[in-house]
Amino acid sequence: MKVTLTVNGAMHAVEVSPWKRLLDVLREDLRLTGTKEGCGEGECGACTVMLDGEAVNSCLVAVGQCDARTVTTVEGLARGDVLHAVQKALVACGGAQCGICTPGIAVCAAHVIDRGLVIGRDEPSARAQVRELLAGNICRCTGYQLIVDAVIAAAREVGER
Amino acid sequence: MTSYLRPRDLEEAVVARAAYPNWMVLAGGTDLMVNANHKPIPGGILDLWRLGEIGFIRVGDGAIAIGAGTTWHEVERHPAIRDRLLPLALAAREIGALQIQSRGTLGGNIGTSSPVGDSLPVLLALDATIEVASVRGRRSIPYSTWCTGYRTSLLASDELIVAAHIPLPGAGTWTTWRKVGTRRAQSISKVMGAAAIILDGGTVVSARVALGAVADRPIRITAVEDAVRGLSLARAAEAARAAVRTSIQPIDDIRSTSVYRREVAENLVARFFTSAAGVS
Repeated sequence: MKVTLTVNGAMHAVEVSPWKRLLDVLREDLRLTGTKEGCGEGECGACTVMLDGEAVNSCLVAVGQCDARTVTTVEGLARGDVLHAVQKALVACGGAQCGICTPGIAVCAAHVIDRGLVIGRDEPSARAQVRELLAGNICRCTGYQLIVDAVIAAAREVGER
Repeated sequence: MTSYLRPRDLEEAVVARAAYPNWMVLAGGTDLMVNANHKPIPGGILDLWRLGEIGFIRVGDGAIAIGAGTTWHEVERHPAIRDRLLPLALAAREIGALQIQSRGTLGGNIGTSSPVGDSLPVLLALDATIEVASVRGRRSIPYSTWCTGYRTSLLASDELIVAAHIPLPGAGTWTTWRKVGTRRAQSISKVMGAAAIILDGGTVVSARVALGAVADRPIRITAVEDAVRGLSLARAAEAARAAVRTSIQPIDDIRSTSVYRREVAENLVARFFTSAAGVS
């Protein structure tokens, strides 16, 4: 079927099976390889993208369901050369090791920050909140502390704007 | 080649369901799309994602009706559900994580009818009714009769799930839900369960107790319900523990063992009663 979807602000039309995963359409048809496949079963969050503004695992979305929908991938987080606050914070805090989980974490974190979901008043409650919001993103290097530091720093920066 | 239809309304959906009973009925895809590239390709997809007529939460006098297409995120965030149907809000918060809760639906849990569906013991403990639709009309099915075996249900091949109608627990009813898994997020439960305990002072008037992941389907533990009537909560907890022990035969699988599941199920149900002590 013909599927027309808006990805990172640009409209694309692809001729694909409706059963093809959004993840594979992004990587193979649109050559947006920033989105990674980890587990392929919705456990690890490496393939997280925003679909109509919600954070979803793109390995669990049939592309037939994406006709006339809007997708944001890790490539769409920056505005031109200006990185999203959480991308800057991940760089500044060293919130990445091998990097395979990083695109999914950046997208999920950008989503929760932009939605204002990180509202913990003090450090422990903010940390607990970030850990729950990002519980669907697994880092096999287990480098969570610096990732959580980065998300909290970015949430504060965005909140103070 | 896979066919695809996104119906405009429920009427179009039930006509398509009757015409193509073998098509996959797909909403958020959090179960059906797992390992999609290693699965048989469906002949067709009937896409119910965001179908308006099954996406609602209606708060009535005696019950809350939740449309089948309602996501766990929507369930968890709804003030009336948090306030009046706490076990469902608790379950919603521990189903997967944010990405799963954004897509997974109540109707998906009911339709898949897995023994590890985290919300299903809640539907048993709160005595929910499931509303289904087909070209033949609508009917309501008590959830206590819904599950017929491992991942099977009374849903006919031409029917679609419309909503769950969940009676609001009355004053004096303690309700709860708890899951045990390798971690809170994402993991598939080793054991999980829900309870609705009607109290008079510190005495159990009656109770409904349900467990998941201990049988081929989510089950009410009627031996517990019979054993606890008229007892103080402390004595009810011990009676419940003994009744669980003799009424379930959980299996060994990759997620846990029969021995562990049995012990955890006993502790879980006993704790439902001891934790109710704090509110009576």
